[in-house]
Amino acid sequence: MTDENSVGIVKTKYFTFAEPPDELKLESGQVLGPITLAYEIYGSLNKEKGNAILIEPALSGDAHAAGFHEGDKEPGWWDSMIGPGKAFDTTKYFVICSNVIGGCKGSTGPSSINPKTGKPYALEFPLITISDMVNAQKYLIGHLGIDRLLCVVGGSMGGMQALQWVASYPDKVRSAIPIATTLKHSPQQIAFDEVGRQAVMGDSDWREGNYYGHGQPEKGLAVARMIGHITYMSDQSMEEKFSRRLKDKNFSFKFITDFEVEGYLRYRGDSFVKRFDANSYLYITKALDYFDLSGGRLIPSGKTIDTRFLVIAFKSDWLYPSYQLQDIVRQLKTRHVDATYCEIKSTYGHDAFLLEVKEETHLIRHFLKKVYKEGT
Amino acid sequence: MAEDAERLDHKIIYGIVEPDSRVLDLGCGEGDLLYLLSKGKGIKAQGIELREDAIYKCVEKGLSVFHGDIDSGLTEYPDKSFDYVILNQSMQEVRKVDFVIDEALRIGDKVIVGFPNFAYWRARLRLFLKGKTPVTYSLPYRWYNTPNLHFLSISDFKEFCSEKGISIIEEYYLGKRSAANFLPNLFALNAVYVITKR
Repeated sequence: MTDENSVGIVKTKYFTFAEPPDELKLESGQVLGPITLAYEIYGSLNKEKGNAILIEPALSGDAHAAGFHEGDKEPGWWDSMIGPGKAFDTTKYFVICSNVIGGCKGSTGPSSINPKTGKPYALEFPLITISDMVNAQKYLIGHLGIDRLLCVVGGSMGGMQALQWVASYPDKVRSAIPIATTLKHSPQQIAFDEVGRQAVMGDSDWREGNYYGHGQPEKGLAVARMIGHITYMSDQSMEEKFSRRLKDKNFSFKFITDFEVEGYLRYRGDSFVKRFDANSYLYITKALDYFDLSGGRLIPSGKTIDTRFLVIAFKSDWLYPSYQLQDIVRQLKTRHVDATYCEIKSTYGHDAFLLEVKEETHLIRHFLKKVYKEGT
Repeated sequence: MAEDAERLDHKIIYGIVEPDSRVLDLGCGEGDLLYLLSKGKGIKAQGIELREDAIYKCVEKGLSVFHGDIDSGLTEYPDKSFDYVILNQSMQEVRKVDFVIDEALRIGDKVIVGFPNFAYWRARLRLFLKGKTPVTYSLPYRWYNTPNLHFLSISDFKEFCSEKGISIIEEYYLGKRSAANFLPNLFALNAVYVITKR
């Protein structure tokens, strides 16, 4: 991509709300406030305020979805899809991305300072759900002066948020694009998350969550991330990327990194602990596991909605297999919701939603064009 | 598009479908027929198609389409979800035809079925004189590469409808470029039926 396809230098913004006594009421019954959301915006809002697209991040995604932060070499996490002439064309649309509550990239989470104690919340931070994340985003959208979103879109956990937007605020969403996601975590998905959490909590450096000022439970968090990365790839993509290649010519006959795949996972684990808070990992994976819009909960019963859907699955994604996306489609069919579903052939596994740019761009560009045209 | 607009079966189906109706096209391919109907008749269109590359073409045309097979794609729809369910040139490719037709009649008020006639005279000749599997204008495939799982004639379909208590509301018989209403089971390449269970 050339420079004219980039949104260029961007800055993360912050919005604080829910100051006591007007805290956000959480699904758990607890309250949270004040809340800060970190967000970025690209493009500009049109006069009718009808061109706003909300990009939802995945587990480790942050508000920095596109463009470059001053001095950075790497662009935002979905830069391939957001910018002038890209799938989310910033010359036409106003694109917003916010970091979720419970996160650690500028939005209020367990590593934020609890105003009541002057110390990081740690486990004092209330358990949050996907619905809480969306309720917080609703404040941000209002703050930006937007009544109705043109589209809510995301992959993985981002897809759950997109679905939750429809469930919570169907009138506020003209279209939704859930990608590589599910209406609910299966026992297998919960199991992977639980192994990750146990790895973190079993690390003595975790200190019951009170590790701030001491350093992260690095070993545990790195293991959790390594497991995560295995589930993001596919058997075939790992074969293509690593095969059984060795780091050196011969086996070391020691318990050190022999295979390239081992080195890759260690590198991924080590770089993750530098950028992600271990408690955030616990809170967010728990929110993923609690999420459940199955059994007709996606669309409130008795309600007809005119939200359009584009549902995207990937063939080799075994973390969020296509049957889970088809479950979403089944829900939409029973409720006569206008929808398109595509299972993209890909060998990348779950990572495909970040990598299959060409196919996604084709589907999303034309889908958005139609939704946008119908609203004007 | 120009070429597709000239497809005789599309022209006939276009004439059948009432404006502003809800239409489900099973095996919609690249969406040419649905696009025609959306443009000209303002229908609410939904397609189901198995081929991924065809899905992209449909989306390009602004159509809503589900990527999947017809056999398993209908059960979730409530009764009478559509005014028309179209099975044009796709019935012969589904696994369980009777099940799919039953489902189509359940979720659609009317079902439009279009299929190639296996009893076309050239097909009969090829089988009778040459002893070879028919290859005709409407059945262009060889025995080893055909997507068709079922081979039926116009008489077969009529018999099927009467056995199943399905009423035929309209019937059209097609030659290469125009209608073929004379002894259709012998002279029609394709047939288009509008059926219902009302």
